[in-house]
Amino acid sequence: MQFLGIFYYWVFAILLMIGFYAVVAKINLVKKLIGLSIFQSAVFLLYLTMGKVTGGTAPIYQDDVVGQLFSNPLPQVLILTAIVVGISTTALGLGIVVRIKEEYGSIEELDIQEIDQR
Amino acid sequence: MIPLETHLPALQVVVPMLLAPVVVLLRPRGLAWAAATAASLMALAIAIALTQGTLSGELYRYAMGGWEAPYGIELRVDSFSALVLLIVTGASSITLLAGKASLDRTIEASRQPLFYSAWLLALSGLAGILVTADAFNIFVFMEISSLASYVVIAGGTDRRALPAVFKYLIMGTIGATFYLIGIGLIYMMTGTLNLADMSLRIHEVADQRPILVAAGFITVGLALKAAVFPLHVWLPNAYTYAPHAVTAFLAACATKVSLYVLLRFDFVVFQQNLLGHEVQFAAFLMPLAVLAILAGSTVALFESNIKRLLAYSSLAQIGYILLGASLVSLAGLSASVLFMFNHALAKGALFLAVMALAMGYSRLDLQSLAGAAKHMPWTMAAFVIAGLSLIGIPGTAGFISKWYLVTAALEAGTLGYFLVAVIVIGSLMAVVYIWRIIEAAWFEPEAESVTVIREAPVTMLIVTWVAALSNIYFGLATDLPRELANAAAESLLWPLP
Repeated sequence: MQFLGIFYYWVFAILLMIGFYAVVAKINLVKKLIGLSIFQSAVFLLYLTMGKVTGGTAPIYQDDVVGQLFSNPLPQVLILTAIVVGISTTALGLGIVVRIKEEYGSIEELDIQEIDQR
Repeated sequence: MIPLETHLPALQVVVPMLLAPVVVLLRPRGLAWAAATAASLMALAIAIALTQGTLSGELYRYAMGGWEAPYGIELRVDSFSALVLLIVTGASSITLLAGKASLDRTIEASRQPLFYSAWLLALSGLAGILVTADAFNIFVFMEISSLASYVVIAGGTDRRALPAVFKYLIMGTIGATFYLIGIGLIYMMTGTLNLADMSLRIHEVADQRPILVAAGFITVGLALKAAVFPLHVWLPNAYTYAPHAVTAFLAACATKVSLYVLLRFDFVVFQQNLLGHEVQFAAFLMPLAVLAILAGSTVALFESNIKRLLAYSSLAQIGYILLGASLVSLAGLSASVLFMFNHALAKGALFLAVMALAMGYSRLDLQSLAGAAKHMPWTMAAFVIAGLSLIGIPGTAGFISKWYLVTAALEAGTLGYFLVAVIVIGSLMAVVYIWRIIEAAWFEPEAESVTVIREAPVTMLIVTWVAALSNIYFGLATDLPRELANAAAESLLWPLP
């Protein structure tokens, strides 16, 4: 039970590190962005897990529902905003990658550095 | 009817944000610029009104949509936010007023409405960070301003801006996501997102590990956003290859807004509650601040592109601001807030002068600029005044902030002498790197094969001179920034409930 209790956090931490590794280690710009997306998604999962209350049901308020245990809806609302932010970031990042490809003819970080140093 | 004044904190964000989509539609030439400038000036007027209010002791609290804090989102403007709001809106207005000719040249007419729209979004995002009292709202505004500033930095013609922006985007997003993780952990433990409420409730759980982890994530994430050494690698290239007006705007205020959030979080939320946080905060940030001052200034000594030189000098200045804060004393904090204001004046004016120089010179390295003062005496004279302020010559704004910083450092005992030595060494290095530019421009013979170079446009010169002279004005009339800085430092050390 103790292990299951922190199981979700392990998923969060591992996904976070996979994403972070890709951002740092990959030299292809698109792969970096994929890593960034994984990195952000891990945080979304962190928020989603903390909203769940054991035995809680969907937080819909009705007159005939009394004494019911509800899950916390706020983290989901927050993370909806963060997902939108994440999508915009990825979209803008991909847009910049397209422009880099147009200008430099490559999306490998090392190639771009080499061209700039010429 | 409710008077307009009560809505000022909301209007500060809403005015530029609502005008941003309108600006996109303004196709006729010059109209987009005019609308953006008008919106920015309006934001500046609101910021001045808020500053006047806070000077008379008022604390603006605004329940967004009528939902009372801590359930709803609260906007809250105290003297610290008012001071940084002045910096942000002032920097935006002045660079827009001065920058039209420069921006017309770097941004093609058909894309100008989009560019100015992104500029306004960046402005409203930065203003939003400053007015809100809600931790998650800060994250959202931070991302709005960051996304918009990636767009304006990449808006120019220099292709090297693109990899620079990509790097900024990656590092900025990592910083913001770290901040998000930190807030998540705090929310998990306290169940609140309102900063004031957080600082009350965190007390009960302060000894638990998630709070410590959160403090770490938030501090590192914001340090990344604020380009604290050694997390600064995104800054020099982004500042160097951005359109000149964008550099002037962002260099004056963007990192300072992140520093504002850093100070607010660490002092209002953690300082009172975490055992030993004072020591940890100082032990973590003071060495970084010292390194930033020394490393930033050293690199600036050897840099030949003057935009990059000034960018590295900005790194050093961020170090000074942090140094004051890491003393964790009233004098230190108020010196560091004052430093934010005066550095914005000096660096803003310097980058405006660089923008004016760029009207005549396509390459901005020291060799190409040899003898520039013969062609552009007014521009270079403004540069000299702002440069003196950056160094901290008596009679300029830069002197006042360095003086208070030194005074605050001396209060810290033996360690203080070491810090004073660092400040003095940093200032001496500033003398050298500013002098290198002055020497090249004023005393070196001009390079051969120079075509005729004319002085920058008159409006640009006037605004640049206003910015340069304000360095002298605030060096002599120090009451306004000092009063605000003192009140800000007090509100950080003893936050109101």
